[in-house]
Amino acid sequence: MVFIADPLTDDRQTLTMRDAWAAHLTDLVDADPRLAVVLADISSEMFAEAMKAHPDRVINVGIREQLLIGTAGGLALAGMRPVAHSYAPFLVERAFEQVKLDFEHQGTSGVLVSVGASYDWAEGSFTHFSPRDVALFDTLPGWRVFVPGHAAEVPPLLDRAVRADDSVYLRLSLRHNENPHAVPEDSLLVLREGARATVVVVGPLLDNVLEATADLDVTVAYTNTPRPLDTAGLRELAADTGDTIVMVEPYLEGTSAWLVAEAYEDRPHRLLSIGVGREELRRYGTAAEHERLHGLDAEGLRARVRRFLA
Amino acid sequence: MIAGVNDTIEQVRALAHRTVTDVRYPIVKTYTLDPIWVLYDRVLRIDPQRPDDPARDRFLLSKGHGPSAFYAVLAAKGFFPVEWLDHVAALESPLGSHPDATLVPGVEMSAGSLGHGLPLGVGTAHGLRATGFPDSRVFVLVGDAELDEGSNHEAIAYAGAAGLANLDVIVADNGSASHGWNGGIASRFEVNGWSAATVDASDHEALYRSFTTDHPDRPHVTVAVHRP
Repeated sequence: MVFIADPLTDDRQTLTMRDAWAAHLTDLVDADPRLAVVLADISSEMFAEAMKAHPDRVINVGIREQLLIGTAGGLALAGMRPVAHSYAPFLVERAFEQVKLDFEHQGTSGVLVSVGASYDWAEGSFTHFSPRDVALFDTLPGWRVFVPGHAAEVPPLLDRAVRADDSVYLRLSLRHNENPHAVPEDSLLVLREGARATVVVVGPLLDNVLEATADLDVTVAYTNTPRPLDTAGLRELAADTGDTIVMVEPYLEGTSAWLVAEAYEDRPHRLLSIGVGREELRRYGTAAEHERLHGLDAEGLRARVRRFLA
Repeated sequence: MIAGVNDTIEQVRALAHRTVTDVRYPIVKTYTLDPIWVLYDRVLRIDPQRPDDPARDRFLLSKGHGPSAFYAVLAAKGFFPVEWLDHVAALESPLGSHPDATLVPGVEMSAGSLGHGLPLGVGTAHGLRATGFPDSRVFVLVGDAELDEGSNHEAIAYAGAAGLANLDVIVADNGSASHGWNGGIASRFEVNGWSAATVDASDHEALYRSFTTDHPDRPHVTVAVHRP
């Protein structure tokens, strides 16, 4: 029997998204006196040196998520750009009222960075799964959402998040694609062109989609910046595929369906939403096994796309 | 210390009663007037002509319910025209039953939901130190019932441990917490390393002494007791 004791690391990856984020953020904090980092114990060991160097800008408040977000909001009130971080369900869901009231409602903004994603630590199960996070940000005005698919995509996305005027949610995962992709700012990166459907895939599910659709006549477009969603670009691509669209997202299934519907008020379209299921599985195992249970492995994706196109 | 246009407590009290706010909070409307008045009249370094000065002291009214006293003091000190007080909570009025920092000059935080001000104050205190204004102070006013919210206790424990000396809290205690605070409110702070003073909310000299008390290595709380 093998337990992966640490939910935040992966022995098979030389550099996880979290590693890439912490290293780059440490450099940015050294260079930019307006940047602040707020932690709630999670990942604090990665910032031990930065905390010593910048005691009022790199802060660990302990296991206190309401204070985590509130402190970040207060730093923003003092004119700083705060980056707050924790495990996804604790960062987003536990103190969601703080997320709602302590930035935009105050006339400020901030950057939230999560780890854990939808089922990274499958052994930890439901309490540590956060497939609803992006849907929750959709209930708030003005949030950008970045979902990298590879550790090498993290530094440029973090640069953009820190520079932005808006609030940004950066969703890191241990799930990842084989290679990084450079997505043109706020648009879709077309990786394959076809005629029967436009498949838009977000972040770490790209490789599964490419494998699943290898011999299908579909366009595959990738994004790691799903909010704002490039619906103008989507319409352009889908115009050549009979306005037939498949959205593949590594979080709650259907999260982006409302945006696609909104983009097609004037025109009929077909949409297949594929993502993480709503049901609580009450299973442990590995993230790859949960991906399969949700139908997000290549085989599951392929079956659903083929059924949709039949 | 801010020179204003309506410069006595009596004038400001009249201004507070001029506001027409939420009838659901008929008593608490003005019981915070004394500490807020002493702060703006004698303690805070804020220039109504330069409300965005990064070096200014900050006052965060966490307990956003019944902001009449706060609005009256801001008007008296010239942050906005006193005529605004006649239309509180009307559709086009910038003054609502809960203050909105993006609408009202001099309001530092948008409040209404309890338990947000102290964590925001912790971040602001760190931020002032980090941006080169370690002498600028952050005052957060909370209610005794507002202390029920657990977010306050996250902030109280952390701020004490971190020794946030530029943070001051005022607990406006009108005895409204449903389960009370057995052992006293100040003890919740003191056990976490804060310095504390409990004073009569109508005693302006005592308020002033507590607001200006020296606490170079720890945050300070003033429990301002109001028993009508």
